[in-house]
Amino acid sequence: MSTMSTATEYAVAALIVLGALFVLLGSIGLARLPDFLTRLHGPTKATTLGVGALLLASAIFFSTRPDRGVSLHELAILFFLFITAPVTAHLLAKAALHRQAKARDGEQRTTADREKARSAPESPLG
Amino acid sequence: MLNVNTAVEIAFVLIGAALALNVYRLLRGPDTTDRILALDTLGINAIALLVLFGISTASTAYFEAALLLALLGFVGTVALCKFLLRGDIIE
Amino acid sequence: MMRRFFPRPLLSLTVLLLWVVITNAASLGLLLFGGLLALAVPLVTRPFWPDPPRLVRPWPALRFLGIFALDIVTANWRVARLVIGPLHRLSPAFVEVPLDLRDPFVATLLASVVSLTPGTVSIDVDRQRWILLVHALDAPDPQALVREIKDRYEKPLKEIFAC
Repeated sequence: MSTMSTATEYAVAALIVLGALFVLLGSIGLARLPDFLTRLHGPTKATTLGVGALLLASAIFFSTRPDRGVSLHELAILFFLFITAPVTAHLLAKAALHRQAKARDGEQRTTADREKARSAPESPLG
Repeated sequence: MLNVNTAVEIAFVLIGAALALNVYRLLRGPDTTDRILALDTLGINAIALLVLFGISTASTAYFEAALLLALLGFVGTVALCKFLLRGDIIE
Repeated sequence: MMRRFFPRPLLSLTVLLLWVVITNAASLGLLLFGGLLALAVPLVTRPFWPDPPRLVRPWPALRFLGIFALDIVTANWRVARLVIGPLHRLSPAFVEVPLDLRDPFVATLLASVVSLTPGTVSIDVDRQRWILLVHALDAPDPQALVREIKDRYEKPLKEIFAC
């Protein structure tokens, strides 16, 4: 680590702490917020950003080490996380609304009703 | 004085706390979707932990594990959501 | 000729870039194999892909990516404060954003962008009425949010894909 310049070392250290902080914030949101749809906000964004910062720190860290060339692995994970986060959030939100609608109206709904309930949830929060 | 080693130590503590909070939500529920979300977040935090461990041991051996965790975590979450939505995973 | 071998140039480029990134582009052999993958994957998976609109303007696309990256960071900060602060002051709300665009692919892209920018998660795209259903963590003024999404994200996307 002695070969790493002070500026890069500061940058890596700052990215690591910031990233970990955002990961923690995402989990605080998950644990603390009052209902499912608000809880969804923490992990999908704060956590993604936090892990992103950590991965960036790791890429810089390994790229500036003398014994190896550039390290780009991390970018693949980063790319993948940023693509999948919205999809996960979207599916979870849909599943939650679907379950709420089902709980409200009892179990005997037809598929057509279900489609309607999903495209127009009136006030699932209330 | 902030160097990489102290930063990694701090980050380990923060992410450990995050994992504990996720487990709290996982056990507490109250709904299945909450538990799935908690599991998904646990997976992503585990990736963070792996990356940190890689930095602290200066070893690149953990990337494949992190990548696999990212892939499987996503597929697992999607499968669980699909199951909740349809009562079936593959139609 | 090019169209025949690369029915999806962007997909080919993405596959190649991903391969380079995963293998760290360590040797010429790996690079060649990546090229082979970039050729084969789009051809093999062709039947699965919907027709995407052609990317017409790369420069607005790059600028949009820049704005988007900046938005993720700055707005995350806002959400972080909301999460730590007193919860009773939050006013979560469902917001319906009427869309001007009519392309399923671009609508999906918009939904993903909205989900990644903090404070909002897109829940559904209604393709009969073309309405994007968004859940906001803190939206005391839903109309302002609608305007922000339309001006900040939908307009540039429409411009980029010319639809």
